[in-house]
Formats: sequence, C-alpha cells, structure tokens
Amino acid sequence: MGKAPTTTLILDPGRAVKNYWLDLIHYRELFLILAWRDVLVRYKQTAAGAAWALIQPLVSIIIMTLIFGSVAGLPSEGSAPYAIMVCAGMLPWQFFANALSLASQSVVNNANLISKIYFPRMIVPASSILVSLVDFLVACSILVGMMIWYHFWPTWRMLVLPALVLLAIAAALGPGLILTALTVRYRDFRMVIPFLVQFGLYACPVAFSSSVIEHKLVMKFGAELGERIFLCYSLNPMVGVIDGFRWAILGGSRSFDWPSFLLSLDLTLAFLFLGIVYFRKTERAFADVI
Amino acid sequence: MPDTVIRVENLSKKYVLGSNGSPDGLRHVFHDFVTAPLRWLKRRPSHPEPQTGNQRALGKKPKADHDFWALKEVSFEIKRGEVVGVIGRNGAGKSTLLKIISRITEQTNGRVEITGRVASLLEVGTGFHPELTGRENIFLNGAILGMGREEIKQKFDEIVAFAEVEKFLDTPVKRYSSGMYVRLAFAVAANLEPEILIVDEVLAVGDAQFQKKCLGKMQSVATQEGRTVLFVSHNMGSVTSLCTRAMWLDHGTLRQSGLAKKVVNDYLSLNPSHALKVDFSEIVRNHPDTRLRIQSLTWLKDTPPQHDQPLRGRIEFTVESPVEDLTVGIGFSTLEGLRLVTYETDYQDGFRPGLVMPGTHSVEVEIPSLPLAPAVYSLDVGCRSGDFYALDYVQGAVQIEVVPGPTTPGYVVRQDGGVRLSSRWSWNLEGESCKAESAIV
Repeated sequence: MGKAPTTTLILDPGRAVKNYWLDLIHYRELFLILAWRDVLVRYKQTAAGAAWALIQPLVSIIIMTLIFGSVAGLPSEGSAPYAIMVCAGMLPWQFFANALSLASQSVVNNANLISKIYFPRMIVPASSILVSLVDFLVACSILVGMMIWYHFWPTWRMLVLPALVLLAIAAALGPGLILTALTVRYRDFRMVIPFLVQFGLYACPVAFSSSVIEHKLVMKFGAELGERIFLCYSLNPMVGVIDGFRWAILGGSRSFDWPSFLLSLDLTLAFLFLGIVYFRKTERAFADVI
Repeated sequence: MPDTVIRVENLSKKYVLGSNGSPDGLRHVFHDFVTAPLRWLKRRPSHPEPQTGNQRALGKKPKADHDFWALKEVSFEIKRGEVVGVIGRNGAGKSTLLKIISRITEQTNGRVEITGRVASLLEVGTGFHPELTGRENIFLNGAILGMGREEIKQKFDEIVAFAEVEKFLDTPVKRYSSGMYVRLAFAVAANLEPEILIVDEVLAVGDAQFQKKCLGKMQSVATQEGRTVLFVSHNMGSVTSLCTRAMWLDHGTLRQSGLAKKVVNDYLSLNPSHALKVDFSEIVRNHPDTRLRIQSLTWLKDTPPQHDQPLRGRIEFTVESPVEDLTVGIGFSTLEGLRLVTYETDYQDGFRPGLVMPGTHSVEVEIPSLPLAPAVYSLDVGCRSGDFYALDYVQGAVQIEVVPGPTTPGYVVRQDGGVRLSSRWSWNLEGESCKAESAIV
C-alpha cells in the first residue's frame, strides 16, 4: 500500500473476479493482522494461557485411548502404541473442528468491520483457519512428547506431513466457507455446528483406526462389497487426511491407501471449489444482511 | 492526473424488504428445496416455454416482499480537492451512497469510478479490541483503516505522542479511561493519508469529543492537503462551514447539487427547520435519561424570527416519568457551535415547576427583541432538572434563519450575523463637525 500508484477503480454490479483475487493479495496484511489479533486474544486473561492448546487435545487423547484402546480393546495400527495412533488422528481432527467452528463464527463476530469497511470478506474465515493452524502446531508438541515417551521413532514418511497439513487446510476451508456464508444469513448454523463437530468426531476414524471399520465391513459384506462400502466411507474428506497422517506418523507395514485417499482428495477439492463459489456469490450482500 | 476522482453514473441500489435474514428466510430455502422436484415435475410436461432468469427469480420470492430503492439513478462527479457535503433527510440514501463508494455494499445498477485510495473516518475505535494493548491496537486499527504495517511503523511514535499514552502502551485498552481511548483512536485516524476521505457523521456519532476532532481533521485534510472529502451530515452548520459543494439527496434521487450555501438554504427552506414549527421528535439523542423529550418548537408568529423584533415561541415536551425542578431553555449558536444568546425559563424570578407529572406539556416564551443580526444560526434546545442535571439537550440539530426586521439597517444585513443590540450613544465632537442628520444624505 503506501504510495501505491493511483489507479482508477471501477465498480460495476457483479464486478470482475480478477479484481477480487488481486484484492486478496492487496489485503494480505489485514489478513495476517486479524489472525494475529485472534491468536493474541484467544488465551488472554486465562491462567493457563496457551497451555490450553495442549490441554484440550491431550485430555481428549487420554480419554479416547482409555475408552477405545483399553476398555473396548480395539487394535492399533501396526506396532504403534494406541495413544500415538489416537494422537495422530486427534491432531488433524481438532484442527479441522476448531477451524470449522471459528471460521463459521468469524464473519458474524466481525460484523462491525464488515458493515463499516471494505476488504475481501474471505480473509476473515481464512484468518480464523490460520488461528487454528497455530493451535495445531502448538498441539503437535504432544505428538513429539508421546513419541519420546514411547520411544517411537519416525520414518522418512514424516516428510509428507506438510503436504497433508495443506490438505487439511483445504478440507477445512471448503466447508468452512460454506458454513460461514450460511451463518451470516441464518444464525441457525450457530447451533448446528457444535453438533456437526461432535458427531464428526465419531464419524471420522479419530479414536479408532479406519482399518477397524474396513475389517468390520469385510466381515459383514464379504471382501468385495465390504471394500466398496469402505470406499464410500472415504467420501468424508477428513478420512483421507487422518489416514494420511497415520500413514506418515505411524509408519508400519500398512501401505498407503491410494483409492480412498484420492477419493477424499477429490471431495476436498470439490468442497473447496463449491465453498469459494458460494462464498463469492453471497459475500457481496454480507453488509446488507449481517 | 485525471481531475475527476469520483464519477458516479446512474447508480441505483435496491433492498428487498421482508426476506433478508428473517427467520422466514430459512423456511423458504427448505421449502424451495423440498418442493423443487415437484415443481420440476409439474413444469416439465406442461410448460415447454423457456423461463427467463428474471421470471424465475420473481416466481421464487413470495410477492409479499417489496423492493425498496435506497438510491435511484444518481449521477455526479467529484473533482480532486473538492469537499462535498451530502445532505438529506433520514433514509434519503446518504449512507447507502457512501457505503457503495467505500465498497462495503454493492449497487444494483450503475457504475462508479474512483481514482485514488479511499478511507473512512469511523466510529471511535472501530476494530479496537479491548483485550489488546495500546501498542497492539495501533497496528490493528491502522490495518483496519487501510494503512500498511510499514506505514504504521513509520508513524508509530507520532501516533503515541499525539495520543499521550506512552506510559500505557502495554496496558490492555479495556483499562484505559474513555479520554485515553478516544485520543488513541483519533491519533490513528488522524494519521490516515487517503486521497479520498469519507466521513459519515451519522456513523461517527458516539463521542462528541471524537466527532469534533474528526471534523477538525476533515477541515485540515481538505484545506491544507487538498484532498477530496465526502461528508454526510445532518448538521447544516458543519456542511456550510466545511464544504464547498453540497449534494441534496431526496428519496434516493439527487435533487440538487451545487454551492454548499445555496443547496443548504434551499434544503432548509423546504424542511421543518426553516418552517414555523421545528420538530425534534425524530432527532436521535445519545442522552441516557429518557424521562423527558422535547418534541417541537413553534414560532407563534407567521414570519420566521426577525432581527430586533419580538419573538414568541412554544416548546412542547413529553414527560415519561415525573421530573423535578424543571427548566426549559433555547439558545442560538453560530454554525461553528459558539453560543451567542440563551433564554431560560428560570431566569424569570428563579421560578421552576417543582414537579412535572407524565404527559405532554408546553411552555411559551416571549423574547422582547431578538438581538441576532440576519444570518443562519444553529438552534439548541434543552431541559434540565435543578442546576446541573440535563434531561434533554438537542444541540445544533437544526438551523434557524434570522431575517432582517423593519428596523434592521441595510449594512447589518450584509454582515455575517452576530449579536446587534440597539444602544444609546452621545457624541462629543469638536470644531466644525456637523452634528445634524445632514450627515446622512
């Protein structure tokens, strides 16, 4: 910004898309500052401070491990301790759940900005995903701690993790944008999202391995049909992400499940595309509706 | 460099009343969703004619929704360095216009061309986060107002010095006194350097101190730095004193545009503030005490107030719950807000009604001779309880034009107003000086 050359800006009804993406770059500082604000504010005036980013997932991991690992006696993946397997699923899941709830509230919570200044609205939900990402990175230290505790050493597969994080961001951004836009117009979604997140925790293979599901399906429907039904399970974008995380972190003998991963990837991209289109379509009216 | 910085062509904005965001909205969506296959089945065999998008849209929305055109085919141009006031009644489309120009909302039709960076002066501390420290809020607020981080860094010391908050830079602003808060908010805003500054006084209300500072900033931006300013205000005084040009919006259309003084005069002559009855009931007050509200002021004479002539008026007010020791007053100020004369009920023998019960009351005033020279003044009316407690106060919301009376000398008419009183003088002239009326020939 600063001494930017003065250009003439033309506002037409339904203005060009090209303009929008340029604006998105132009407003990157506001994007970062909004994220920075939310990170700063998130744990202000709490005694434990940023430790909450650790406590929440840690407690969930312990509970899930006790219930599903010890009480129900479900098998882990390969040689990995059950706790590490839960951790590898819980981290991306918590990121996804946080991102979804923060993003969907973000525009409504910033109503005073939306109705008073212009910026590409997309930076608001996007910045709350960045906030969740910061939490996620902090929570990753749990994984490191557990690996040291159990003397569980990573393999070269860990190098794939950054790509999987990107996939998780995309998986959160798509539905996040849709829910954000819907929440602006219908506050009902404020009530719906906590349910969605709670339900999702069990719909996704967080507390158990997806191979448990696969095994059960094969047992019930036979090898061929069971595999097909299991493929349907991978329609959930987070299944691909979580399985990817487990593959990368736990190592072991299990091979990478390409068909189900590609299916998840396709759906993630489809959701992302849909989210962007829907958000772009509705955001023009945000200031009028909010 | 192009000379026109804002060009607006046939700008229209439609709001659909009734459906936006109402609880009903979601039901329509579900209803549409559920019945869509039915409608599709119904339509397919029997309605072969293609539906245009327009017809579809009409069919989708229930007829009960009605369109409201906040702006209708407004066109104008604003040149570099112009300070333009936008005036009009509530709901005339002033704020909508500014919102479209500042890209907060999108027009339905028409086109806007803007050359240069646009920034708005916003309500005190918009985007301030109470939990963040002063230092953090400077960066946050700066970014929200459109400054880059580097730009804020450069101006940081200046902002801090201006706001006088050095000692509290690392204290959360929720612990600031309201004065400090306003100073900090203003210090950031004052360092904005846009080519086009947008000020909506209606938006910026809240803190009188902040508002005053903003107007000062606006003036310096306009006069010293030669930037373009678009200014929405209900205060005709500020418009005439700050703006070179004014645009009068009326029911979404541009009714008149031209020299600020002329447009404001024409506007006032068609609006109650110039008429014999001044209505205060719709003017928004920030005053928390709602026990008493001044409703109107009526001049009990069929001419507007005249210089050096008696003036009689009646103030009507409603009382919601009993008020004690009531005093009613009116005052005339210059358009810049400097009080010139004040008339109050308790100046007469110190009398105040001890208790006024709920209801609609009125009080009449007779001013033996109005000392104000012909000009436009801003009118203040107020009520207080006891010596200090303000019950209601409407300051400068309307302008009153004082016209020349029969005894007003011609040279006074051409002056800029002020208090002109008759007085007794006796001359002591020496020598051949001519003392008689022959001096006036």
